[in-house]
Amino acid sequence: MSASGPSRKANGDRIAELARRIPVNRSTVTTAGRLTAAAALRRVPFPLRPPTVPGGVDVPVAKSTLGANYDTDWARRYPARMARVLMLEGLVSPAMQLLAAPRLRGLDRLTDLEGPAIFAANHHSHVDTPLVLSSIPEPWRHHMFIAAAADYFFGNKLTAPLSALVIGAIPIERTKVGRKSADDAAALLDEGWSMLIFPEGGRSPDGWGQEFRGGAAYLSLRCGVPVVPIHVEGTGRILRKGRSIPRRSPTTITFGRPLRPTDEEDSRRFATRIEAGVAALADEDATDWWQATKRAHAGDSPSLQGPELGAWRRTWTLGDRGPKRRRATATRWPDLD
Amino acid sequence: MPRPGFVLDVDRATPPVLFHHGENFKLEKLPPGRSRIIYPGEPLEPLDDIEGAIHHALVNPHGDSEPLPALLRPGMRLTIAFDDISLPLPPMKRPDIRQRVIEQVLDLAAAAGVDDVELIAALALHRRMTEDELRHAVGDRVYDAFAPHGLLYNHDAEDPDNLTLIGTTDQGEEVEINKRAAESDLLVYVNINIVSMDGGWKSTATGLSSYRSLRHHHNVKTMQHSKSFMDRHASELHSSNWRMGKVLRDSGVKVFQIETTINNNVFGTEGPMSVLQKREWEWTTRDRVAFMGMKAGLDRMPARTRRSIFQSWRAPHQMTSVQAGEVEAVHEVTTANVYKQHLVPVEGQTDILTMGLPYICPYNVNSIMNPILVMCLGLGYFFNLYRGKPPVREGGVLIMSHPTPWEFHPVHHPSYIDFFEQVLAETTDPIEIEAKYEKSFAEDEWYRHLYRTSYAYHGVHPFYMWYWGAHAMQHLGQVIIVGGDVRAVRRLGFKPASTLQDALEMASDTVGRDATITHLHNPPILMADVT
Repeated sequence: MSASGPSRKANGDRIAELARRIPVNRSTVTTAGRLTAAAALRRVPFPLRPPTVPGGVDVPVAKSTLGANYDTDWARRYPARMARVLMLEGLVSPAMQLLAAPRLRGLDRLTDLEGPAIFAANHHSHVDTPLVLSSIPEPWRHHMFIAAAADYFFGNKLTAPLSALVIGAIPIERTKVGRKSADDAAALLDEGWSMLIFPEGGRSPDGWGQEFRGGAAYLSLRCGVPVVPIHVEGTGRILRKGRSIPRRSPTTITFGRPLRPTDEEDSRRFATRIEAGVAALADEDATDWWQATKRAHAGDSPSLQGPELGAWRRTWTLGDRGPKRRRATATRWPDLD
Repeated sequence: MPRPGFVLDVDRATPPVLFHHGENFKLEKLPPGRSRIIYPGEPLEPLDDIEGAIHHALVNPHGDSEPLPALLRPGMRLTIAFDDISLPLPPMKRPDIRQRVIEQVLDLAAAAGVDDVELIAALALHRRMTEDELRHAVGDRVYDAFAPHGLLYNHDAEDPDNLTLIGTTDQGEEVEINKRAAESDLLVYVNINIVSMDGGWKSTATGLSSYRSLRHHHNVKTMQHSKSFMDRHASELHSSNWRMGKVLRDSGVKVFQIETTINNNVFGTEGPMSVLQKREWEWTTRDRVAFMGMKAGLDRMPARTRRSIFQSWRAPHQMTSVQAGEVEAVHEVTTANVYKQHLVPVEGQTDILTMGLPYICPYNVNSIMNPILVMCLGLGYFFNLYRGKPPVREGGVLIMSHPTPWEFHPVHHPSYIDFFEQVLAETTDPIEIEAKYEKSFAEDEWYRHLYRTSYAYHGVHPFYMWYWGAHAMQHLGQVIIVGGDVRAVRRLGFKPASTLQDALEMASDTVGRDATITHLHNPPILMADVT
């Protein structure tokens, strides 16, 4: 006791002196010299710890196994498929029924569809994937892979296997042009797998759609499989971009007639037609089939991308589809001031 | 390759044969050596690309007609009429053929900029279709687009403001049809031909007409001279409709007829019901177990439950052909396609014709098969499923199997109840019934009100059902119903029997002990081509 008193005091004086002399804050000075976890690891002898690199030696950079390079073959083997079926039917579908109460329209348009297909939907929310996946009927539902953004879903070692297992995702590059993504997707389509893709490339930032990219159209042309346009309405209200807590809201999923590219169409023009198909479904959902059909033939279907206006007017034009006003916090009696 | 229908001579090795018995079944052993069974053909292969076939039909019309796109223009009045709930039987799985065709017609109309479009369920004097039934027929998309605006509705044959007298045939038959249809620039009729009786001018001249017009061919004389009404060229019913069609055409009513045929796939190729369209000696162990299980369950169920199970069955029929254009040219092709599925060559007539009547006929979809409809299905429809001559000789015996309950649907068949209680209690002679009672039922204000505002068949409809059997009644020496309600069977003027063996014994009084027997293995539908 007698020794510790002066010693603690002396230490305190030393820290005060150091803090005065060195332009660092007090906490840095306080922790200086302590044994950190990294320092403790460094004390572990090799080979229990990774080797250090001698100076002047170039270590070859290991090829990343994440992102677009993530190998998802294992997720299409039977144990993983079985697990996915159980999760989809036992967990995801009931959750979507509870959260989104989807109303399915136009399933009869798939009556004559045989073999694999590319299901192309508009994209508002993270809820879109499980919702559309649990709404697509058999025989496609359990023989399906999803084109998911490599940088987002396959960015680390936790989300990559989860994405592959739970939703059957494969990584698709969206920030640069890469052959691997397209080759992988085409190989799976050729093997008889169907594909779910959101051709907008990402969730809607403001409630309106974005221009459709050419991936779905390209794969359709390359593999000779039809594209089924799908319009998803209402998921923006459940979990729009920027929110983290979902709220319950009814949704409508409208399936369109399968589209096949004509001889004259390239992937760009076919992508435009797919987008027009989804826009016609959106119009059908907002009005009725006859009005939508007439407008589609006249080329007057309301655009998915909304009017070219200023930000607030675009949001204003969304009307009921836009973000709901946050309710003011109720002030309860007796604190009415 | 589906096998065609054929006639089996029954021998000792022939297994018991399936008889439909309302919402149940029976297996009956037919006497070997003097019995034969007419089996229907297996379901024809459906069209590979149904949507493509419909489009092809619309742009490549038969007869003197332009392609549909050339007939559509902005500002025109377009009316689309379609067959009602009586077709097909049983109702088909979604999507219904009518939906597929109507959507394509509307698609072309939208492309041509046609705005003034109305859709009419051509139900003549049948009951109105409910919202669910209309949705099933035309699909949710078409229903939601037109019905809320009053542009999709049931034809009303008792609405004087919406009927128009087009003219009179050279035999004095008045032609009165739906005004909107008559005054449109183009009437597109979407039909389903389940049997060869359907389609042709009968679609418009009957489906969109009124009692004033219908009475000229829906009468005893016409039916007795239609041998049979399933064979258009030997049917007075059709001759009258064709005369009316000529009046329609000459008066400028422009009709673009779209006719479709379906295959015999009534009970499917999988599941417990599939056994019902297999030949008995080809039943596998699974089929036999399924049949026994199904029968054991049905035997123990209340009639109401059985009825609701059967009425909820949606048949996996598929389209085998679609043709469009000028009415008569189209109908010739349609009839040939119907015959491909239904006709079975049969040599000579027999003394006794047996048939098991199923749970459904054109007039009890989502309803009850009352005794009058039992008579109509047996003596009207099944008996007339022949070309040439009936499979049973004149003066022969008809044995039908059906429970024939004394039961009526009070909403759908109110006039049937009075017809059964009052008219049939007096007489079963169709000529006397027509002369004495038809007018009062046809013009009864209460029945008229129920037909127009509720879901009731027209007051005169039970008479037509009775007339439908007039040719068979005239032809046959005796009619026996096996397993029917005894009082109801007697009220119909027929003889009740507990078992088929009893019925055959009773028939021997009329046709002798060694009478030959023909069993009509129907459904799936067949048509005997008797030479």
